[in-house]
Amino acid sequence: MAAPCVSWGRALSRRLSHAVRVSLCQRPGYWTTSATDWQAGPRSQVLKLIHTTVVTSKKNVQASRQESYTEDFIKKQIEDFNIGKRHLANMMGEDPETFTEEDVDRAIAYLFPSGLFEKQARPIMKHPEQIFPKQRAIQWGEDGRPFNFLFYTGKQSYYSLMHEVYGKVLQLEAHRGLLSEKTESKDLIGSRWLIKEELEEMLVEKLSDQDYVQFIRLLEKLLTLPYGPAEEELVQRFRKSVTVQSKKQVIEPVQYDERGMAFSTSEGRRKSATAQAMVYEHGSGKIHVNGVDYLLYFPVTQDREQLMFPFHFLDRLEKHDVTCTVSGGGRSAQAGAIRLAMARALCSFVTEVEIEWMRQAGLLTTDPRIRERKKPGQEGARRKFTWKKR
Amino acid sequence: MAPSPAVLTRLLCAGVWRRPSFLQKATPGPAGLNGRTVSGAQVPVVSEPQDDDDLQSRILDVPLQHSDFFNVKELFSVKSLFEARVHLGHKAGCRHRFMEPYIFGNRLGQDIIDLEQTALNLQLALNFTAHVAYRKGIILFVSRNRQFSHLIEKTAQDCGEYAHTRYFKGGLLTNAHLLFGPTVRLPDLIIFLHTLNNVFESHVAVRDAAKMNIPTVGIVDTNCNPCLITYPIPGNDDSPQAIQLFCKLFRTTINRAKEKRRQMEALHRLQSSRGSEGSETSAPDKSHSP
Repeated sequence: MAAPCVSWGRALSRRLSHAVRVSLCQRPGYWTTSATDWQAGPRSQVLKLIHTTVVTSKKNVQASRQESYTEDFIKKQIEDFNIGKRHLANMMGEDPETFTEEDVDRAIAYLFPSGLFEKQARPIMKHPEQIFPKQRAIQWGEDGRPFNFLFYTGKQSYYSLMHEVYGKVLQLEAHRGLLSEKTESKDLIGSRWLIKEELEEMLVEKLSDQDYVQFIRLLEKLLTLPYGPAEEELVQRFRKSVTVQSKKQVIEPVQYDERGMAFSTSEGRRKSATAQAMVYEHGSGKIHVNGVDYLLYFPVTQDREQLMFPFHFLDRLEKHDVTCTVSGGGRSAQAGAIRLAMARALCSFVTEVEIEWMRQAGLLTTDPRIRERKKPGQEGARRKFTWKKR
Repeated sequence: MAPSPAVLTRLLCAGVWRRPSFLQKATPGPAGLNGRTVSGAQVPVVSEPQDDDDLQSRILDVPLQHSDFFNVKELFSVKSLFEARVHLGHKAGCRHRFMEPYIFGNRLGQDIIDLEQTALNLQLALNFTAHVAYRKGIILFVSRNRQFSHLIEKTAQDCGEYAHTRYFKGGLLTNAHLLFGPTVRLPDLIIFLHTLNNVFESHVAVRDAAKMNIPTVGIVDTNCNPCLITYPIPGNDDSPQAIQLFCKLFRTTINRAKEKRRQMEALHRLQSSRGSEGSETSAPDKSHSP
């Protein structure tokens, strides 16, 4: 039945046309009202002829695409993934029971080596839940009644969340006169609100920027009122702890040489220069580079200042001795490489707070700038050939 | 106010109305039904329908024999409406032309709504809502007034029905098959607690419900257009007391109707089991006091 052109009663035409068109996706059973038979043909004459918009098959593709990942399909994908993982483990000669995600990634990288730069374009084998976007199950029951009372708004999860939080705000405002204690906001330090994408992922719903801003404002309002543990728990659902960056800093272990002096070694790079530095815990501020004193190795003051900077920053200028080796690069690159190596080695003698200060000062970050390649058709990396008008 | 033929056809197919004989049989009971009286008296017992082969049709047909099967009249009175300030309208300058029949008069520039007509219309509307709820229809509460948004959502939640007090997306009713899915079920009744939106224009859902043949019940203030609403209830929609009263009335009616449905089903299940056992079918107790 080439249905779409004929405009009959609203629901009937859609149902009949859908039965033909959408045959691939699984559809739940129809809800039935009491005792009337929808499917029967003669009924259609009872409905008045009303003009409905012509729904072409192109527009309908959008609805069917949303339904394309049915639950059974996802389940089958998960089963296939698990079986494939076991096969992969057997292929690699490992135990299928203890085959983890990292092992899977390594195995795939080994079996399917790819030179593509884009990491997401390379062959991957991940659990289907990470690959297929989260879908919503059908929102209504056998009789057609939706489960959520805000279903007809379109954004049921978001609006029911707003309803819940607003209800709590009203409740707290009503009780504000009774309890005047203010809980400290110490739990909020070191955490941030979820960003819009994370909230969308949590609710499995698209949000607009204004929706997100309104939601955060409502939560902030809740925090200004005296709240109890239940509200605290509600708020914590939408807070994410911010990992302190300096914890990721690798601290070199302290070593001891044959004379019992404590020192620590580290490496650093800058452009094409590499340096290894050994910083002694107790000393008098002498720096030796490749066997010579730094005054001789670096005649330019600027390079020597770069070497002194980490110690100057921590007020330990004449307290450490340094021996370092460096190769590659030019004078400035070598100075930068040694500076980085020294700063990293210093981390083992210094408190965590000072490490965080050093990190914020940029002493512990490798400078990623390297020489840009020359391009064909140009004289250098950026310089073009002289433009001649004629 | 009789529902339009278009509405009737839709309701027929939804199984809400079996036949329009209800309209002819609207006989007043012995209590002398008038909008004004508070009748605590019981609605009369009606003679049992003769056909008892289809129990399901009995459950659905019996309520339609009465004009006020769920006794919604006892839930309110003109006095209670007055105390909830339902009679207060807007200033004369805001008056809508089609609301003039419902306006009692004008005092110091403010329009006063005729509460006798309100009571009549309210009784019809509540009766209709109760019948829809009895037949397990989906009821959607719509409003765009932010002051009462939370209250209306809570009311809907308490009844087990649905609410929409947020931004109304364009094709929600007319394009529901694309927005939700091909087998979505649209509301069978829409109740407007505020017919206007935030810019004092008629809410889009009024027109869309009329397009989709969905009956509507709506509280129309003196600045609203009652034309497209199936069961308009002229009344105040700005005072908190008035809205709280209306929410309470709708909630009570819907819960009452659902309870009645459960009772009727239990009764008939009991009857059919007794009938299958072969014992004589005793006349069921048909007291209609809720």
